[in-house]
Amino acid sequence: MENVFELQIPASPEYIGIVRLVVSSLASARRALADERVDDLKLAVSEACTNAIEAHAAAGSEQPVVVRVHEGTERLEVEIVDKGAGFDPDALPVHPPVTDPDRLNFERGLGIPLIRTLVDEVQFVPTGDGTTVRMTLFGGPADGGDETSELLRVVLRDDG
Amino acid sequence: MELGLEVSEGPAPYTVLAVKGEVDVYTAPRLREKLVELVSQGKHQIVVDLEAVEFLDSTGLGVLVGGLKRLRSHDGDLSLVCTHSRILKVFEITGLTKVFSIYESVDAATSAA
Repeated sequence: MENVFELQIPASPEYIGIVRLVVSSLASARRALADERVDDLKLAVSEACTNAIEAHAAAGSEQPVVVRVHEGTERLEVEIVDKGAGFDPDALPVHPPVTDPDRLNFERGLGIPLIRTLVDEVQFVPTGDGTTVRMTLFGGPADGGDETSELLRVVLRDDG
Repeated sequence: MELGLEVSEGPAPYTVLAVKGEVDVYTAPRLREKLVELVSQGKHQIVVDLEAVEFLDSTGLGVLVGGLKRLRSHDGDLSLVCTHSRILKVFEITGLTKVFSIYESVDAATSAA
């Protein structure tokens, strides 16, 4: 049995804080995850949403960014679905080593390496009209978490 | 979402910028503007106090890297105060602990030679 929550946000930076709040609340209240892992997920989700919103801006898309959370028995999956132009996650620019003074010329490009480090699994899936970033943390549900889900269902459209 | 930015003068030549709240793609531009403003005022030894920061992502890191670059070009420096593991972790994963001097307190940062 898998529950699915879905949240759509306007593709604008001011809404990323709300996504962080929803995903981290859901993960901490409903999953058997250490606080540190919830923080990891929160950061990874924030990075993926930032990329999605920037991709929409670059493509001139006014469509919403979709955040979908799948609660499985052994894993929690968060998908960030964008309608941007797509990218090759394996063809990102390589930064100079941190000891090289030229490292300071690179302010960007840290998001995807961070996501790769923070979550247990990540997939960048081209969808034809955008990209879906699927991030997974392993860990089962917390005991008695269903009380929270009723609250969250009010806030989120429940596709489960 | 509010980003607190409070400037105070430390022992010369240091200026302390205390940041509070969440630093992400929405709020980071305000941090960047404040750093640019301080540099243009001739403040070239800046200590950014991150103790009251609850969240920092790669956009925030980018702004700090940009600030450090700007200050170095004026023979200055940007150092950080940070003890929270949640925030330190972001610097560790990205290797930026080797780029920034990170201190446990504003006193330690402003008494460093």
